[in-house]
Amino acid sequence: MAELDTSGGGKKGGKIRSKKASTRIDLTAMVDLAFLLITFFIMTTTLAKPKAMDMFMPDKSKPEVQLPVPETRTMTLWLGSNSKIEWFVGKPGGSRPTIDNFGKDGIRKTLVEQNKKIEETHQGPDNFMIVLVKPSDKSTYKDFVNIIDEINIAGIKSYGVVDITPGEVAQLKKDGNY
Amino acid sequence: MARIKVPRKSTAMDMTAMCDVAFLLLTFFILTAKLRQEDPLHVDVPPSTTVIPLPDDNVATLSVGKGKIFFGIEGTAVREALLDEMGKKYNIPFTAAEKKRFSVIPTFGVPIAQLQQYIALDEEKRKAFPQSGIPVDTTINNELTSWIYEARLVTKSLNNKDLRFAIKGDAREEYPAYKKVVDVLQKQAINKFDLITSLKTK
Repeated sequence: MAELDTSGGGKKGGKIRSKKASTRIDLTAMVDLAFLLITFFIMTTTLAKPKAMDMFMPDKSKPEVQLPVPETRTMTLWLGSNSKIEWFVGKPGGSRPTIDNFGKDGIRKTLVEQNKKIEETHQGPDNFMIVLVKPSDKSTYKDFVNIIDEINIAGIKSYGVVDITPGEVAQLKKDGNY
Repeated sequence: MARIKVPRKSTAMDMTAMCDVAFLLLTFFILTAKLRQEDPLHVDVPPSTTVIPLPDDNVATLSVGKGKIFFGIEGTAVREALLDEMGKKYNIPFTAAEKKRFSVIPTFGVPIAQLQQYIALDEEKRKAFPQSGIPVDTTINNELTSWIYEARLVTKSLNNKDLRFAIKGDAREEYPAYKKVVDVLQKQAINKFDLITSLKTK
């Protein structure tokens, strides 16, 4: 099947009998081409779809809706240069900040541990940890995305991004992370 | 004993059905395809584990990299109307032909004073054009603010939808550059936006 009959007219001289030509064509090459194009279009469409991460910022236009936050439930993270993090729980200046880095055994473990500890030591329905992220001017955008990602992984219910203060920058500088 | 003759079967198959299916799929993919467009600003996006797919329509992309900010918006009709509004605001009379040409530019990063010059170039020359990024400063009336504000108005009037904003930042970019864009958005009370990232496994 599937071939065009290309042989000649047949017997010469004899009765001219028109040969019944097959109407089927070889579709193999056509199918090959079609699948090649399909593959091309699949590759260019689905891979090009951008993925995104949701990001919420606190509303600056309404300062009156800010809730009082107990300091014992607050964890503050400073992002320094070279992907270094300094964090502490509680009041600023209360305890010396711990220097940490990104990764499975770094900040992710810390976030989960601190979250558990705060949930255990606090009573009531609102006993979750609140994380304040303060990126310094020397931190990169990648660090920032990473830390938001780690917060999402650790399942922290409440977090905010706040501007860093000069006093905090001075502390980062002292620790050599700025 | 008579030998049983096994009839020789042809190895050729009927390809008609396969061909039909292949072309059906091909038509589908061609119609739904949106070709990857080349970005004028090369941005290396950081990876993250929590991702959602970005919607196709009513999205404006703000690319941040090398200290420059580029602006892009989806939809040719929206782009045309946006340029019209921006022309009115900055007293630059854009012609109908210029609007048409502008409507196929996905992303750009030139000050509005240079925009006419940029639009007039053909596609190959546009790549070589030194785009300095959209000017932005801390005042309320900078060009990026206007682009964002007008884009929101145009999207609302044309599509009756709220415009979403996606920030495409370079991983090595320092935080202040990103902060600048966020500040512009927050001044217009846009507190929810998307950060374009690539998928990372945990």
